[in-house]
Order: sequence, then structure tokens, then C-alpha cells
Amino acid sequence: MSILGTRVVRTEDPLFLTLGATYTDDLVDHRLTGAVHVTFVRSQVAHGRLLSVDVSAAREAPGVVAAYTAADVDLEPIPAGLPMVPEAMRRQWLATDTVRFVGDIVAVVLTEERYQGEDAAEQVVVDVDVLPAVVGTAQAARDEVLLFPEAGTNVMASFGAPAPSDFFDGCEVVVTQRLVNQRVAPVPLETRATAAAWGEDGRVTIWCTNQGAQQAKTQIAGWLGLDESLVHLVTPDVGGGFGAKIGADPEYAFVAWLARKVGRPTRWTENRSENMLGMLHGRGQDQVVTIGGRRDGTVEAYSLVVDQDAGAYPRVGVILPTLTMLMAPAVYGFPKIHAQARVLATNATSIGAYRGAGRPEATAAVERAIDLFAAEIGMDPAEVRRKNLLEPFDTPHTTPTGAVYDSGDYVVALDRVLEAAGYPELRAEQAARRERGDARQLGIGLAVYVEVTGADTGLGAAESAELEVHPDGTATVLTGTSPHGQGHATTWAMLASDQLGIPVEKITVVHGDTDRIPRGGGTMGSRSLQQGGAAVHQAAVELIDLAKQRAAEVLEVDPADLEVDLASAGLQVRGTPGSGVTFAQLAGSEPLVVQTRFTAGGATFPFGAHVVVVEVDVESGKAEVVRIIAVDDAGTIVNPLLAEGQRHGGIAQGVAQALLEEVLYDSDGNPQTSTLADYPFVSATELPSFELVDMATPTPMNPLGAKGIGEAGTIGATPAVQNAVVDAVAHLGVRHVDMPCTPMRVWRAVQEAQQGGSSS
Amino acid sequence: MKVSITVNGEQRTDEVEPRLLLAHYLRETCGLRATNVGCDTTSCGACTVVVDGLSVKSCTVLAVATDGSQVTTLEGLAGPDGELHPMQAAFRAEHGLQCGFCTPGMVMAAIGVLADNPDPTDREVREGLEGNLCRCTGYHNIVRAVRTAAQAGPAAGQVPQAQEVEA
Repeated sequence: MSILGTRVVRTEDPLFLTLGATYTDDLVDHRLTGAVHVTFVRSQVAHGRLLSVDVSAAREAPGVVAAYTAADVDLEPIPAGLPMVPEAMRRQWLATDTVRFVGDIVAVVLTEERYQGEDAAEQVVVDVDVLPAVVGTAQAARDEVLLFPEAGTNVMASFGAPAPSDFFDGCEVVVTQRLVNQRVAPVPLETRATAAAWGEDGRVTIWCTNQGAQQAKTQIAGWLGLDESLVHLVTPDVGGGFGAKIGADPEYAFVAWLARKVGRPTRWTENRSENMLGMLHGRGQDQVVTIGGRRDGTVEAYSLVVDQDAGAYPRVGVILPTLTMLMAPAVYGFPKIHAQARVLATNATSIGAYRGAGRPEATAAVERAIDLFAAEIGMDPAEVRRKNLLEPFDTPHTTPTGAVYDSGDYVVALDRVLEAAGYPELRAEQAARRERGDARQLGIGLAVYVEVTGADTGLGAAESAELEVHPDGTATVLTGTSPHGQGHATTWAMLASDQLGIPVEKITVVHGDTDRIPRGGGTMGSRSLQQGGAAVHQAAVELIDLAKQRAAEVLEVDPADLEVDLASAGLQVRGTPGSGVTFAQLAGSEPLVVQTRFTAGGATFPFGAHVVVVEVDVESGKAEVVRIIAVDDAGTIVNPLLAEGQRHGGIAQGVAQALLEEVLYDSDGNPQTSTLADYPFVSATELPSFELVDMATPTPMNPLGAKGIGEAGTIGATPAVQNAVVDAVAHLGVRHVDMPCTPMRVWRAVQEAQQGGSSS
Repeated sequence: MKVSITVNGEQRTDEVEPRLLLAHYLRETCGLRATNVGCDTTSCGACTVVVDGLSVKSCTVLAVATDGSQVTTLEGLAGPDGELHPMQAAFRAEHGLQCGFCTPGMVMAAIGVLADNPDPTDREVREGLEGNLCRCTGYHNIVRAVRTAAQAGPAAGQVPQAQEVEA
């Protein structure tokens, strides 16, 4: 029986559970002996003219080795790396004449010991002439205050054109609504950290917490003006990423530059407050949805207009709305689709990828729109969905926005989740509570979703793998993916073991070292299994071919007469047990190793359906999640234990965004949520245990049949929770509540609805 | 200042700055890097260790305040032959960890939950772990792990040093 599809516990766990993982800040390495600690001094105002930065007192503070300002830096400004962004919007390594968000770096202090850094940073005197801050996309769009006056606008990029004026003509019902997909903080529990050491040979080794060593190496080499061969980048164990650790951060390159300048190794580990300011945030979209159709529930036209808050400097946030636009049609066969976006600079932390990166925003918009439409025509939202879902397909379906869905059966996903939830019984219970006028009302929220994983983003379509069997019967897998909790060490070993018969515990998986693995796409966008895992599978198949050639000579038989014997982890002559040679024996004379590169047939489109049940106290507005039932179809599942773990984590983040989490700034651009004491991070008490329903529609895009699973839970859960909260108070006249659906927002919506005002 | 602290059963004396946090004492002075610092505000619990039988967050305790105490970290849980503590075994069996950053603190806090209540319900586990944050697991499997560990008996709510003291 194949090991694939079984619940193999993780091979990395015994170490993680006894001595702990080795994160960047845990590293003990001789090359880092005598490293100085780096402390960045960051702007405390959101927008201002930088008059002076005086580090003279800091230089005299105990333990200070050096202190620098922009005047000491000889690097070119950081390129935007995005052709659509005006050149004037480039960021300086240390702010020169303007600071543009609370967290912009104005100086840096190097000290012998960690605690001394914060003391010395206090001694840096920064003189700023404060300018009005641009907070939020609406203000940014007015262009009254410009972040980059030379650019003449706060618009970083625009995509798409306005809808034609007759777009909704002929619709019996048209509903429009502004939606907020709020700015959230990714908050990996391990903050950003890096260390750098230059060797005698002129090469620099950089350790950092990151989701893709190869991509980070290329970026850092480019920023520092170094040939790539001079940069060795290592990602040790990584304490969570969620998208925010994709690509290098400027700090990583700068810490390496500092090591060269000061002539000593350097280390930097940010604290949580610095992380909340300095690490990329996620989401940050203001949306307008308009949905039109017939009273029988048929949707005829759908429009999504996005204003993306990009923060102060262009990062991945600039291109996120293009993914939102691509996925705007979602699971539906709407005849007419319109999508349009513009990207705006604000005096806030830059926006980057966060679990789902542009796709959850598309799903949240359309799933809210469907509910608004259903409420307007007085039809059950499940019925409206069923009426508009695409029919099942197993040959590619091209959407009006150009996405090519590989395979899907959205009707079955919806039916299964409704059945598992006991949907009619839930509606009956809801009706009874409404009838009784209970203080705690039931809300039932639905979401059906499709997302894109393993898309070719220029880096991601192919993935490398190397597989070597050693004479002692162990094997090593080298992968270009870069796990941070997904369990690649176990799953990749399962994939090799499945082909070769070598036990999982004898297979070591290596990742995140650019000297050993020069090519790789990293772990992001749920691409790892479908590309990196498929590459490991392909490497094992190729290794068997190589072994057959060798064994044919040893055994003096035709290679075609050889077959794999999983029990002995070797080859034997077909139908002749005991006739063979093991892979370990074949590795005895010369290395038994293959290097391969797998290219996927295309992106895959995992899908699913979620039902969320909440209880809302109509007097306080507080919503409590009672049940979450989820179908997440990611094609073939290699390790259900780990796939479920990905679903759990994703669902939790979806709930967190829908109910709790939001990065807030005041009108002067001061962050109001810069520690975990004031950022409402979801804890165990806000969540129920999850009810997962299985469904597997394999993809033809890779030999495993696997689609991505990392972001699915987030994409489905977020709108399902929001819809559930609105549904709980819908009978009181509420049509919409923006995320996060806090008690205050829900309570206010109920009050406004009951006073006959606008509920949205 | 001089402090004498018994860390994972081994008594040691160190000269420390009065302001040194216990978390940094364990990580840098003792070289025990499993205990992680995730937030600096006693919010996330990644730094949780057991001090004299109580699970505490070591990022807001001064090392000097634990002078004369018994401190147990994740590294001190497994038996001398590498046998996992029931809580470690349960976290592995139930896939109660992903990136692993919260795990040392979560395991130490979970032991504290069972010390207070050897047979908790799901809701009681969730309330007991409210001060420990995890971004990866959605807590689902952590709750299962603590329930599973509880089935192993009283040892799941104890750290090795505590047993020695009692004996």
C-alpha cells in the first residue's frame, strides 16, 4: 500500500519538541562570533520633512561601535522593481529629506550587546518638520497632500477601465455597496531577523527568516550591486511567514552592507513593535461592488472596483489588485464582469502579500455581493449561489477575466457543506429564535470560493529537486521550496519513499541554502506541493531509471526486466523475488543522484465551500463563532494530517480578519495597534473546533493531482463569518457590516437599522 | 548581580545585569534557545517556562527575581533516554505544531493547564491557553493534544524537576 494519503506524523517534530527549532536569532555559528547588534532608529511621525538626524550623542553611548545616517550610505535607492510605478516613488535605505510612515528608518546604531542598542537609539536626535498625513485611500486619491511631490500624484498604478454606462441596463435589481477589506498585520510569531558575515573570499553569508532563499538572494545581490555568486543566503527554521516573508526586506540587505562597512559580522532581530511597523501588512482594499440581475436569482452583471492602499513605498501590494481582478468572477458564471483597480500611496506601512494575497479580497467581495443581492430579492443565499454557480467541468474553463480554471465541481462542494451543516435545521433554529425575539440570534453564513495556486509569477512555474541515495541506505532530498511550518521534511520524504521504498525517517530534506540549492521558487502562493512536491516525485522516478541502468550492468539483465521492490528499497528482476540489488548497494560504487526540474502544466484552482454559524448578542453586538463546516478541495492529498493543519490555520486567520483584526492609524498617521497587547490577535477562546468535510478533485497539471491548500481556509472562512454576522441581524434590517465585525460595529448597525437609518 | 538558579535540574550561578529578562538569561546566558520571545508585552506566551511549578512568561520576569528558583524549559522535559514527556508526545501525535515558534511556550503552558485541571474540557483547555498565541494551527490540534496528554495521567501536568522535589 502506498504511503501517500496516510497520516504520517512529522519527522521534524521530535527536534522541535525537545530542543526547539533553530530560528535565525537562535543561530550559533563561528562566522558570527563577535557580531555587533543592529538597532534601527525609526521615524515617530508619519509624514514630515527631515531637517536633521544627529547621532553624535548616540556614538558616545555605552557599547556603541558605530552609528550612521543617510549621509553615510553609498547605496543606490531601492528600486521599486515594478515597471508600472513612477520612478520618483523609490525608497531610500535611510530616509534623506522626507519620512513617509511611522517606521521609516532614519538612522542605525551598532552595539556590542543587544540591550545597549535600545539605549543608544534613545540618544539619536531627529528633527522633523511635520507634514499632514495621508491616511486611507479616499484621502490619498484627492492628491491634496502628496507623498512624492515629484510624481505629481499618489497613484502608484492603475489597472482596467471604468464600466460602460449601460453595464447594468436591463437588470431588474441592482445593488451596490462599499466594502472594506481592512489592513491587517500578518504577525508571524517569529519577527524578522537576519545575520551577515563576510568571508575572506569576498563572499557574504546572510542568514534570514524568509520564505524563499533564492529569490531573496537575487534581490539582495541586486540591491548591493554584487554579483550573485558573492551572496550565500541561508534560511534556517522559519517561525511563520504567511506571505510577509516573501522576498528580501531592505533591512536584510542593509545589515549585510553594515557588516562590510563596520568590518564585523552583524545581527538584527526586531522586537514586536518594530515588526508591527516595519513588516509588510496585508489586504488594505476599499472596494465597491455592484451586482445586478433578475428577481428569480439570476445574476447578469457584476462589477468590482478596488482602491488598494499600498502604504508609503511600493511593494507587492501594487500588484495584489490584479489578482483580485483576475479572480473577480469567482465560482460563478455571471455573463458580464467588470473589474478595475487603482493603487494609492498613503503614510502607512507598505502592503505586501498575506495569506491568499489578493484572492481572498476577490472572494470576500463577491460573496458579500451575492448575499446583498439575495437579501434584496428575498431569496435564500444558498439558492442564489446554486443558481449562479458554474456547472462542473473537467476540461479547462476560461473566465471573462482570463483565468483558466483547471477542474472544479462547485455545486457538489456547496451541497456537501450544506448537508454536513444540517442547513435546513439551522434555518429552522434561526427562525425560532427570531420568532421568540431571543437576545442571542443565530447567523448562518455561506461562502463558495475558487482560488489560484501555483501561478506562473515569473518565478513560480517550475521547481527544482535533487535526490541522492547514500550507501548506508539513507537518502537526501534537496528542494527549492522553503517551508515554515508546512512540514515539507515529512511530505517530501513521503513522496520519495513512495517511489523508492526507503523509510521516511531515513530521508533528510534540505532547503533554504543557496550554495547547495542555487535554483528555487520558495514557499508561497500554495505552490509547494504541486510544484516542489511534484519535482521530488519526478526526481524519484528519474532516479529509478538511473538505478535500472546501473543494476542492469551489475545483474547482467535488460533494464526493462527490472522493477522496484519497495520492501527491500531496491530493484529486482521482474517476478523473481530475492534476485535484486538495493539502491544503497548501487550507491556504493558511484553516487546515485539525480537533479531535476519540474514544470507544471499550469496554475491550479482549488475550491471549496464554508458554512459558519455564529451567535450574535443583539444587545451588545458581540458575535461568537459556534460552528465552522468546511469543504476545501485541493485535489489529491498526500498527507491528510498536514493538509488538515493547513486548513485549520487558514480558517482561524479568516475568522480573525472577519471578527477581530485590523491595523489602525489615527488621523495623523500614528499606528494605534503596534503591539500584541493592542492588536486583537485571535486566541483559542474565540474559535471553535472545525468540522472538515473532504472532497478531492485531482488536477491534471501535475502527476500528483495536487492543488494548493495553504490559503484555502482563509479565503473561504473570511466571507462566511462576515456573512454569518450580518445574517444574524438581518431580520432587524441590517444589510451590511464591515470587517472586522466588532461588537461596536454590529451594535451600531443594529441601532441604525432600527432607527430606520442606513444600515451600511 | 549574582543569581543562583536551578535550570532543568542543574544548579548554576551567574553574574547578570539586574535588568536582564529571564527569557534572555535562558537563551543567552544558559544557551537554551528553545524558549522564544515573540512579543515583549506578555501577550503571546512563546516564552512560557515553568518556575517552581507555575508556568510563567519569562519575557516579563527579571532573571534576578528567580534567584533560588527551579526553572524548567522545553529542553528539560524529555527523559534522559530521550523519552518524550506526555505533552511533547501528544503535540507530535496530534500535529499540534506547525512552524514551531509558539510550541515551547505552548507546551509549557499546556502542562500548567493540566496541573490545575487534570481532565479539562475543550472549552477549559481553550481558556487555559488564552494567553498563548499561535498563528499556524488555528488551535484545533493544540486543544486535541492537551486532551490527549490528559489521558496519560498526572505526569502530563508535571515537569521532571517538580517530581524530584516531591520525592
